[in-house]
Amino acid sequence: MIGSRFRDFDWMLLGIVMVLSVISVLEIRSATEMTKFHGFQQKQMVFLGVGLVGMFVFALVDYHRLLQISYWAYGVSIVSLLAVKVVGTKVLGARRWINLGGGIHFQPSEWVRLILILVAARFFWEVVENGRDLSWKDIGKAFLLIGVPLVLVLKEPDLGTSLTYLPVLVVGLFLGGIKWKQAGILILGLLLLVGVGLASGKLLKPYQRQRLTAFMNPDSDPQASGYQIRQSLIAVGSGGLWGKGQSKGTQTQGDFLPIPYTDFIFAAFCEEHGFIGAIGVLLLYFLILVRLIQNAQTAADPPGSLIVMGIVGVLLFQIAVNIGMCVGLMPVTGIPLPLMSYGGSSIIYMFLALGIVMNVRMRRFVN
Amino acid sequence: MDMGGIDRREKLSATKLSVSQYVVAAVLVVLGCWLWRLQILGADQYRVLAEQNRVRKVPVLAPRGKIFDRYGRILVDNYPSVTCFLVREQQKQLETDLPLIAEGLHIPLEQIQATLRHFQYAPKYQPIPLKQDITPDEQAFIAAHRDDLPELETLDTERRLYPKDGFAAHLIGYVGEVSEADLNDERFAAYQPGDVVGKFGVEETYDQTLRGTDGSRDIIVNSHGKEVGLMGQELAIPGKDLHLSIDLDLQIAAERALEGKNGAIVAMDPHTGEILAMASRPAFDPNQFAVRLTSAYWKSLMDDKNHPMMNKAIQAQLPPGSTFKVVMTLAGLQENEAQDLRVGCNGGATFYGHFFGCDKHHGSVDIHNALPYSCDTFYYTLANKLGIETIARYAHSVGLGQKTGIDLPDEQAGIVPSEEWKLKTQHDKWYAGETISVGIGQGATQATPIQLARALSGIASGGVFVRPHVLLPGQIPSEQQSMIDQEFPGSGVAHISITPENWQIITDDMANVLSPIGTAAAAHLDGIDLAGKTGTADVVAGRQKNSSDKSTLPHSWFVGMTPRRNPDIVVAVLWEHGYWGNNSAMLAAQVIDTFVTKQRKGAGNLKMEEVAVPKIEAPKTVGSGDTVGAPSAE
Repeated sequence: MIGSRFRDFDWMLLGIVMVLSVISVLEIRSATEMTKFHGFQQKQMVFLGVGLVGMFVFALVDYHRLLQISYWAYGVSIVSLLAVKVVGTKVLGARRWINLGGGIHFQPSEWVRLILILVAARFFWEVVENGRDLSWKDIGKAFLLIGVPLVLVLKEPDLGTSLTYLPVLVVGLFLGGIKWKQAGILILGLLLLVGVGLASGKLLKPYQRQRLTAFMNPDSDPQASGYQIRQSLIAVGSGGLWGKGQSKGTQTQGDFLPIPYTDFIFAAFCEEHGFIGAIGVLLLYFLILVRLIQNAQTAADPPGSLIVMGIVGVLLFQIAVNIGMCVGLMPVTGIPLPLMSYGGSSIIYMFLALGIVMNVRMRRFVN
Repeated sequence: MDMGGIDRREKLSATKLSVSQYVVAAVLVVLGCWLWRLQILGADQYRVLAEQNRVRKVPVLAPRGKIFDRYGRILVDNYPSVTCFLVREQQKQLETDLPLIAEGLHIPLEQIQATLRHFQYAPKYQPIPLKQDITPDEQAFIAAHRDDLPELETLDTERRLYPKDGFAAHLIGYVGEVSEADLNDERFAAYQPGDVVGKFGVEETYDQTLRGTDGSRDIIVNSHGKEVGLMGQELAIPGKDLHLSIDLDLQIAAERALEGKNGAIVAMDPHTGEILAMASRPAFDPNQFAVRLTSAYWKSLMDDKNHPMMNKAIQAQLPPGSTFKVVMTLAGLQENEAQDLRVGCNGGATFYGHFFGCDKHHGSVDIHNALPYSCDTFYYTLANKLGIETIARYAHSVGLGQKTGIDLPDEQAGIVPSEEWKLKTQHDKWYAGETISVGIGQGATQATPIQLARALSGIASGGVFVRPHVLLPGQIPSEQQSMIDQEFPGSGVAHISITPENWQIITDDMANVLSPIGTAAAAHLDGIDLAGKTGTADVVAGRQKNSSDKSTLPHSWFVGMTPRRNPDIVVAVLWEHGYWGNNSAMLAAQVIDTFVTKQRKGAGNLKMEEVAVPKIEAPKTVGSGDTVGAPSAE
C-alpha cells in the first residue's frame, strides 16, 4: 500500500534537504538581484517542484526494477552522450546540451551519473553476490563501465561533470571488496598515467591547464582564472564571523565574484552570512550525508546499500570539490554545489537520487 | 530479471559503511577549518581587499588660481574640460576594443597603441589619459558604450585658458605635466606623476599658490568599474587667484609696439619695482602647452632661431651699446673727470695705436651734449681717463653684471667686463684698448632689458634702485614671499649716492636725447617730459649700414622714462636688428604715451570694453557652450 509505505519515507532527510533548498533559493535571489539574471530564484523553485514530484515518483518505483533496466539505460546513456557530440548545442565552446525545444535544454551528463550509480550497484552486487574476491578482471570491467562515459563527457569538454563519475567507481570498488594491494597498484598506476598525460599536454585543454596553474599560484594571472579564485577568497574571507548580511555582500553584489548563483554560490553565501552561516550549511550537509549512510546501513540488500553509497560518494565529492574551490583548496572545475547552485539538471538529478534513496529505505523491511 | 536466487540477507561490510561516516566528517571538518582560517583569522585582511576592490579613489582636481592684472582684469582664465582615460584594471581583451575606441574618440589607432606602449610598465591601476578636451559627441559615445567599453572613464577638469597669439606668454608662462626629472627634485616632493605644474613665467614661480590642493572622491564601483555609490570625499582646495603688477593697457601697448618685430619691451614703476608690462617676441602659444603639446609644435619652437621660448626682457644678453653711456656719465661726474672734459670729435680718435670711429663729426663736445649726441669720441676719452676698474665698479653699483632678482625663472646676469673678469673667464690679462670699447657699451659688455631699465631709472631716481617684481605685494604669506626672494637672488633694492648737481646734469642730458639735437628726437612727445637713451648693439664687427641682409643689422636699444627726475615709469626696448636706437625710442614712446594719457585722465584703468586683449576662446566642451569669459573687445 502506498500509504503505509510513506510511513517509512525519510521525512527527516527530506526536511533537511528542504531547509538547504530554501537557503539556496534565498541566496540565488540575493546573488542575482542586481544582475540580468534577476528572478532566477523563481526558476529554481520550479526546478525544486519538478524535483520533488520526480522524487515521489522514483520513491514508488522498486529500485530492483531500476537495476533490471540499468544495463539498457546504460546503453541509452552512451548513445545520448554520443548524440551530444553530434547534435549538441555549443555553449561557451563546449557541447554539453541537447536542445529539446520549448526552451528546455537537456544535459545528458547529469542523468548519466544516476544511471552509472545504478549500473555500478548492479555490477558490484553481482560480484559480491557470488561471494568471490574482486579479481583484476572485475576491476578492469568496472573501469571500462565508468571510463567510457567519463571520457565521452571529458571530451565535451566538461572536466567537472566527468570527474563526478569517479566517486561512483571508487565507492563501488571500496564496497565491492578491493584489496589494499590492488588499491595501491591502481593508485600508483593512475598517478603515473595522469603524470604522463599532463606532461604530454594532451590530457587537459589549455583553459583547464590554465585553471590548474592559476590554482597553484593565484597571482600568476590575476586577470583570468586566478581572478576567480582570488575574488572568491576575498568574498569568503571578508564575510568574517557573521557575514555582511543578506544582499549586502560587496563582492557578490558588485559583480566581483564570478557566477555567484551557480558555481560560486557558497562563496556568496559565506560573504553574506559569515562563518556562522557557512558552518551551518556544512552541518546540514553533514546531517544529509550521515542520514544517507544510515539508509545504506539499513538497506534490505547489498544493491540498495550500493546505490545509496554511490549517491553519498558523488554528493561528498561534489561538496568537497565545490566548497574546496570556493575556499581555494581545489582548482576551478565547474562542479556545481548540490542543492545550493542554481540549475535545473543538477537539482532534478539530486531529487531523483533522493527518490531512489527513499525507495531503498521504504523497502528495508520488505521480504 | 530473476532475483530469486540472491540471498538478500547478505549485507555489505558494516565496518566499511561506518568508516564512510568518518570520511564524511573528516572532509567537512577540513573544510570547516579552512573556513575558520579565511573568515576568522583572515577576515581583516580580506575585508581590506574587498574594500580595495570596490572603492576607487578618483582625484578631484583643484582649479588653478586665475591671474589678473593690477586692476583685476583677467589675464588667465580656466575652462571646464573633460578628459577621457583608459582604465586597465579589469580589462582583459583591451586589444580588440581599440579600433572601436579609436573610431569613437577620433584618435588614430596607432596613436592609442603608442600611448599604451608608453604606459605599459606603469602600474595597472594608473589610468591612461587618452584624450583631453573631448567633445560632446565623444562624451555621448563613452556614455553609450558604458557596458561594452567599461575601460573608458571621464574626468572633469579645469584647463588653462591663455590669451591668444602669445599675448604676455613669456610673462605668464604655461603649465604642463610634471616631468620625471622634476619629480626627483626635492622641490617637487609633494607632486605626483601626472600632476600639472607651472613650467614657465608666473605659472612656475607662483605654482605653489596657484595650484591649490587636489581632493578626491572615494567612489563605490562594481567589477566593471561602473560607479554605483559614493563612500566619502575630500574637497579640493582651489588655487589662489593672483593679481600681477601688470597694467593691461600698457601690456597691450607694448605688444602692439612689438608686432611684427623681434625683441622685448619691459615697463616698470621705478618707485616700487612693479613691472607694468613685459612683452617678448616672437612668442609661443601657451594654450598649446595647456592641452597637449604636439611634438611638431615643440620642434618648431626649438628650431626657430628667433628663440620664441626665450623671455627676452630678462634673458636676452646683448651689448647695451650707447645706453651704457648713462652709466659712463655717472662714473665720470662722480669721479670729477667729466665736468670739465671737452673733446673735439672728428669722426673718431686713436687710442693705443688703434682708431676708434664715431658716427658723426660732432665737433666740440662736453658733458652736456655728449649724451644727447651719443658722441663715441667723448666716451672713448672718458673711458680712457676712468680706466676699466672704475667703469666696472660703477656698472656693478647700478646692478649690471648680476641678476635683478625679478620673480621670474631663468633671469640672466649679463656681463660687466673687468680685469678680474677677463682673467677668470679668458685667462688673459686686460688690454687698455678694450676699455675704450667698453666706454660705449660694446666689447664684452652684456646686459638685459630689465637690467637697463632698472639701472637707468635708478640713476634718474637719484641713485635709488628697486627690485623688479611682477606680483602685486601683499598677496602671499610673508614667509613664502621671503622664500621666493631667496629663490631669485639678485641686486635687489640698492642705494648709491649721487650729488644733486650730477643728478641734474645726467637727467637733463637724458631729456635732451629727445630734444631736437638728440638721437631720439623723433620720439619726442609733445607735453611729456620724456628722457632716455638710445643704443645700438653690433651684430657683426663693423656696422653693415647698407646691407640688405636684415640679420646683420645691429640691435636697437632704447631706455626711456618720464618725468626725467624720479620717473614714474621706465620703458626698456630691445628691437632685434632694429638698426638705430631711435627706432626703439619710437616703440617706447607708444607705451609711455599710453601711460601718461591714463595718468592724466586720472583713471586707474580703462573700461573693460576699451581693452583689446587678443580674444581667448575655450575649445567647445560639454558644459561650456558659452565660451569662458575672456577680456575681449572687438
